[in-house]
Amino acid sequence: MRVAILSGGLNAERDVSLRSGRRVSQALRASMSDAELIEVDLDAEFLDSLNSDSYDVVVPLIHGVIGEDATLRSMLELKGIPFIGSGAASAARAFDKGIAAGLVPPGSAPPFVAFPQSFFREMGAPRILTSVISGIGLPLVVKPISGGSALGVRLCTGADQVAPALVDAFGYGDRVMLQQAVFGTELAVTVIDLDGIATALPPVEIVPVGGIYDFHARYTAGATEFFTPARLDPDTLNRVCSYAVSVHEVLGLRAISRVDVIVDSQGEIWFLEVNVAPGMTETSLVPQAIEAAGLQVGQVFSDLIYQAVR
Amino acid sequence: MAGNRLDPWVDSYAERAQGLTASAIRALFAVASRPEVVSLAGGMPYVSALDSDRFAQIAAKVVRDQGTVALQYGSGQGDPTLREQILEISGLVGVRSHPDDVVVTAGSQMGLDLVTKVFCDPGDTVLVESPSYVGALGVFRSYQCNVVHVAMDHEGLDPQALREALGQAKSSGSRVKFIYTIPSFHNPAGLTQGLQRRKEILAIAQEFNVPILEDDPYGLLGFEGEPPKAIRSLDDQGVIYLGSFSKIIASGLRVGWVIAPHGVREKLVLAAEAATLCPSNFSQLTVSRYLSEENWQQQIKVFQELYRERRDALLQAMQAYMPTGTTWTVPQGGFYSWVTLPAPLNATNMLPRAISSLVAYVPGTGFYADGQGSTNLRLSYCYPQPDRIAEGVRRLAGVIDAELDLINTFGAAQTDQTATPPVRSINPLSNLN
Repeated sequence: MRVAILSGGLNAERDVSLRSGRRVSQALRASMSDAELIEVDLDAEFLDSLNSDSYDVVVPLIHGVIGEDATLRSMLELKGIPFIGSGAASAARAFDKGIAAGLVPPGSAPPFVAFPQSFFREMGAPRILTSVISGIGLPLVVKPISGGSALGVRLCTGADQVAPALVDAFGYGDRVMLQQAVFGTELAVTVIDLDGIATALPPVEIVPVGGIYDFHARYTAGATEFFTPARLDPDTLNRVCSYAVSVHEVLGLRAISRVDVIVDSQGEIWFLEVNVAPGMTETSLVPQAIEAAGLQVGQVFSDLIYQAVR
Repeated sequence: MAGNRLDPWVDSYAERAQGLTASAIRALFAVASRPEVVSLAGGMPYVSALDSDRFAQIAAKVVRDQGTVALQYGSGQGDPTLREQILEISGLVGVRSHPDDVVVTAGSQMGLDLVTKVFCDPGDTVLVESPSYVGALGVFRSYQCNVVHVAMDHEGLDPQALREALGQAKSSGSRVKFIYTIPSFHNPAGLTQGLQRRKEILAIAQEFNVPILEDDPYGLLGFEGEPPKAIRSLDDQGVIYLGSFSKIIASGLRVGWVIAPHGVREKLVLAAEAATLCPSNFSQLTVSRYLSEENWQQQIKVFQELYRERRDALLQAMQAYMPTGTTWTVPQGGFYSWVTLPAPLNATNMLPRAISSLVAYVPGTGFYADGQGSTNLRLSYCYPQPDRIAEGVRRLAGVIDAELDLINTFGAAQTDQTATPPVRSINPLSNLN
């Protein structure tokens, strides 16, 4: 079997994606020794190869735009090439934080608005910001509507911080979300979907040493402390796992996803986002969840590969 | 219960390693290496201008004729023949010395590291230009130096500002170990000190009894006239000179050199041996044979002409495309132009948009140790073809326009404070995704 491990791409998460690709490729060497593993970048040559039966299956590990929205996945669907993970339509729903927040179980997404820059330009930013801050309250989080790795994300505790945060966030995309900040225990829940059964792996609790789970905290070994499973009571852990599976299912996701939530001091679960091509680097969350479940990255991915080609 | 920090040695690292962490800016540069992106970021010499077949023949001859030497350990100070040849090259910028005072290094970056290691204890002060070479700042940071930036004017390092900085350091009891300067075709500023300016700087350094560390990788890559005379040509006791083959032959060879006063040289050799035992014999002999068999002077002329053409392409494109309020330096040699954006644009914040638009540059803050440079960026014209340079500048101009539009949209945004609800207490664990 010729397996394309697709990583890289042209967006700000290229470096993270390359690291994810190397990690998965390494893991698959042990679990799929009979397969031909081909590490490829997303470029014109790869697109050409889709016309020539070059690969039996694709493992898309492109993070962010093109990789996690409908773009790449619709190309693969069009060409009839099996791939691991969610289809184009469901990926598009999940990738847009605003759309995903509107589809998850009612009341579980913190209040938010999502606007393009043109709306601020045409209507006047001061008027809109006054209205938004009044409606959502402070502190709030400003983030690009799509994309990951905390790029362009800022916590605003004062009204004067919101406009600079928007300027930063619009550097990463054309639409930006302003969302009420919620606080508590930050968790990442991996969902593995095999043979029609979606199962949540042990939730990973994230405790950044510096207080904020930003790019540095995500990709510098030692900068964040992880607890797997999270230090929550069994009932809350069960509710979190059930919630993650429900998000995976309501969005119509396949194979693998990572649902990020916060559990506040009242035990309330708040939805942050869901990833259809979650990070697989040395410091990423999904590999930790897989290992905590007593599984191996290579075995999980080989199971998903065989499922994709069936 | 302790969690998992994914690095069992996280509490064991030296203090100097604290800054060695992942950064979003560094990650963005992963995209810059893709062919779709016009990278005006890296200072990569255009080695395609070399005759690679000739290089292959030279390398083969080195192995065939001198294999037992080329593949063996060598002298910690460097190959004696090459050191003689280095003096011939250094003579072009007026440096006269003895082969014993030359130390061959793995690129001049290693020379920079060795000099800093030999001179600086943690907390010692080094004076650098404002802005300065990012690689030097990294070295100074790793030795925990106190870096003080000194202003430049149109002719590079400003003597008056240098005098003031040395005076302030003296009165505050700081130990200034050296003045680090790139006098010719400065990286990143693209400026060059005239001879009179060099004399003034040297006189001030002598007055305060502080050595100069002169970094001169671009000195032979001027576009007009004779190469500028090195400061070292004016004083062989108070100036430590760093040279490099990276830009006049090939950076992949990793061969540079230090020319230092005798006492300093002794220490540098011992420090070099402790670091690497010896520089690569294979690389040294390849360079040496290249210098003895090839018309390297002509090759330097080829590089000069190639980079001049690219400099012109950059300047013409900036003149044609850059929005009003953007300014830049006009280099007379070397690889770089230093751009100042219209206020209040921030070149670091603008980089993600630039990468999305498939053009890359280096934000100005990288060239300062103290957070300055947010409105600046460095453009390199050494590597892309002229038409790609023009395309890159066109894209960059579009990015600057878009950023100006953002600032215009949000810059004057004022929220009605009466509508602002009270701020809740902040728990660091928040929905920052």
